[in-house]
Amino acid sequence: MAWFKRSKQNISPHSKKTDIPDGQWSKCEECGEIIHNKQLELNLWTCSKCNYHFRIGSDQYISIVLDKNSFKELNKKMISDDPLAFEDTKKYSERISATIKKSNLYDAVKTGVGKINGKKVVFCCMDFNFIGGSMGSVVGEKISRAIDEAYKSKIPLVIISQSGGARMMEGAYSLMQMAKTSTRLARLAEAKIPYISVLADPTTGGVTASYAMLGDVIIAEPKALIGFAGPRVIKQTIGKDLPEGFQRSEFLLENGFIDFIVNRKQLKEQLSLLINYLS
Amino acid sequence: MAKNILDFEKPILELENKIEEMRKYEGELDISNEIKTLEEKVLQLKKNIYENLTRWQKVQLARHPERPYTLDYINLMTIDFVELHGDRLFKDDKAIVGGLAKLDEYKIMIIGHQKGRDTKSNLYRNFGMPNPEGYRKALRLMRLAEKFNLPVITMLDTPGAYPGIEAEQRGQAEAIARNLFEMSKLKVPIIVVIIGEGASGGALGIGVGDRILMLQNTWYSVISPESCSSILWRSWDYKEQAAESLKLTAEDLLEQGIIDRIIPEPLGGAHKNYTLMAATLKTALKEELSQLVKLKPEKLIQNRIDKFGKMGVFVE
Ligand SMILES: [Zn+2]
Repeated sequence: MAWFKRSKQNISPHSKKTDIPDGQWSKCEECGEIIHNKQLELNLWTCSKCNYHFRIGSDQYISIVLDKNSFKELNKKMISDDPLAFEDTKKYSERISATIKKSNLYDAVKTGVGKINGKKVVFCCMDFNFIGGSMGSVVGEKISRAIDEAYKSKIPLVIISQSGGARMMEGAYSLMQMAKTSTRLARLAEAKIPYISVLADPTTGGVTASYAMLGDVIIAEPKALIGFAGPRVIKQTIGKDLPEGFQRSEFLLENGFIDFIVNRKQLKEQLSLLINYLS
Repeated sequence: MAKNILDFEKPILELENKIEEMRKYEGELDISNEIKTLEEKVLQLKKNIYENLTRWQKVQLARHPERPYTLDYINLMTIDFVELHGDRLFKDDKAIVGGLAKLDEYKIMIIGHQKGRDTKSNLYRNFGMPNPEGYRKALRLMRLAEKFNLPVITMLDTPGAYPGIEAEQRGQAEAIARNLFEMSKLKVPIIVVIIGEGASGGALGIGVGDRILMLQNTWYSVISPESCSSILWRSWDYKEQAAESLKLTAEDLLEQGIIDRIIPEPLGGAHKNYTLMAATLKTALKEELSQLVKLKPEKLIQNRIDKFGKMGVFVE
């Protein structure tokens, strides 16, 4: 659950506007390069100088991965119901409504059907802009229904994960979404329908420990933070500094937990090729 | 005299000490009536306290260092236990134990988190915090159970999966995810019992099953009250409020439809009477087993998928 501690602003063409006076430019977090937003969009929100992958939202991934206008969203307006009447320094119900307003999203995942190079897929994409991409009942339910759609229609499933983990404000309900989505994936696997999991920065906690790690093929964007425990917690526990590159995509590749790292510009073609092989 | 007294238990101890003190003079003075009155008072006080525990107090009881752990239940409930070790991939994780056992007429595979009692055994057990090999050992034993058609019982009691460099390197997330996936389709009955702390993915990693039982004074949630406090309140001082907000007790989870049944504990907690606690749990497990063993694997798995499918609250 890294979302609440992040020190830097989310990087997206929308949220970055504040940094640069006329709102036309973005700064690369990695190398400091100033890039015009038009250029950045043409470059699929990657830095032309150092290949840093800017954190982007579900709409951008939809435009990158799916054929134009092919996405039909399912359960679009499903929203959280605050089952525990949870309150910390703020009421969860208020947090939800404020986030819906601010982010233009209903919750932390968009699910639906679309096409990749003409081939039908069920497509889910998480969104870090919604309470850190955290998984509560809505994310769990929408992902589960998307898996069911793939199961019933016998079409491949692609999920792009981007999440700080399970959503604390729904307590045990959030935890159970891990089990819920995994049981559905087990059924999908028995039916031999392919599931490709794409990991974006960051994918941690309960999402990693459930559907994100259960793809037939698991791929990740470069340098994405991927893990179970957050780096801060680990550092606190062991009382030592963490090694360079720890819990990044390259580290997971080296340790055998992902199949390959994909540049955003090749993402669509790689997904298309994999789907072609597996279905 | 009992050690490990929790703050809210102090009035009980004071009264009990007083009774003990009076007993010393019982031979010389006629005070048996006074003692009797005090004993009744103590019982009343205990009922008062233990039946009105706050959520945080229950969390404290769930972590009580004298509570029975997995191996205690195995010793008290079963016979002929054969402990099985290792994940066949990397090593034997001491934070998860498991093996074959007989629960009266039922041959079972029993697996659970295992904490230690003192510094030395806690280090040996890594405080009940598994590494990936613990989850992989559990999975190996479950597959063995499936192969030989033995029901599985898992016992949850962990402060969480271990957050360490090597744990991440060896795929803590993958190990837990894999267990959720494989347990979803295991062809034998699985009964899950929360016997102490059910902390997040580290607990759920052996927690997918057909029946979920929770001992009366335990907790199960997505995060511990302390961590929740440190994240949402940005301070460690709000653990009581966090526990209240998380609604993490057995009663809460029954109401939320996440667990099936609460197993009552002896007055004062499971540690006050191991024999009674184990007997109560054993009876419940046998009742559940007698139902589950009648189901065909396909039905069992379908019910399991439906069971977890219902968990969650949202508005459409
Ligand atoms: Zn750059």
